[in-house]
Amino acid sequence: MAPQRPRPLSPHITIYRWPVTMATSITHRATGIALSAGTVVLAWWLIAVSNGPEALQDFMALAASPVGLAVLFGFTWSLAFHLLNGIRHLAWDLGYGFSKPVAHKSGVLVFAASLVLAAGIFALALSGHAGYLQ
Amino acid sequence: MKQETPLHRVQGLGAAHSGTGHFWHQRMTAVALVLLGGWFAVVMLGLVGASEASLVGFLARPWNAILMAAFVIVLLYHMMLGLQVVIDDYAHAPGAKIFLMLLMRAFAIAIGAASLFALIHIAAL
Repeated sequence: MAPQRPRPLSPHITIYRWPVTMATSITHRATGIALSAGTVVLAWWLIAVSNGPEALQDFMALAASPVGLAVLFGFTWSLAFHLLNGIRHLAWDLGYGFSKPVAHKSGVLVFAASLVLAAGIFALALSGHAGYLQ
Repeated sequence: MKQETPLHRVQGLGAAHSGTGHFWHQRMTAVALVLLGGWFAVVMLGLVGASEASLVGFLARPWNAILMAAFVIVLLYHMMLGLQVVIDDYAHAPGAKIFLMLLMRAFAIAIGAASLFALIHIAAL
């Protein structure tokens, strides 16, 4: 039997110019996976609090290091993006905002708002304007 | 001649092995997490720079402990539903899929058990 030519494949993500809606969809999944890893840090923090001042000090030293702050900023932005884009998804599920121009605009808005929110949270935390619950 | 539709020929719940439960639970946990996640963000920002004593004091208060436990449980359930879809999409061999699914659920249960134990431990301090 003659060797078969490879069957033609339908175009995949590598061939398209990235529309905003595609970028938000992929980023939603990526931030979801990142936040799954973030649950380890949440559990770690709760365990450190329960294990006394020294355990918490060790945790805080790591969290306040440059790498720790970068990781925390990553989780903060991921949560902001996943939360805002999740609300966008819930609106779609209810039948709102699904037309192409609106979905495009809400996608741009979610990217911008998530960055502003994460930067705002970090600005408040680092400038000493947070910590109102202690 | 058989008078049955293709839909009827699908046994039980069909190839997906489940109905719309996954879709619905993902949406309901998402709605719950908009509220619990908002609470979590406000609390974490409010606890920036807090001492160990004030963290324990805050987390040991009943409503705070209950909301934090609810946040952890709903978050991990939402995470399991989401990661299940990721595994469904990328793991095609049945063996690898079942292995990753079990590993993912064991991870969620371990994180949940550790977090809830820590919260109970804090409340008892």
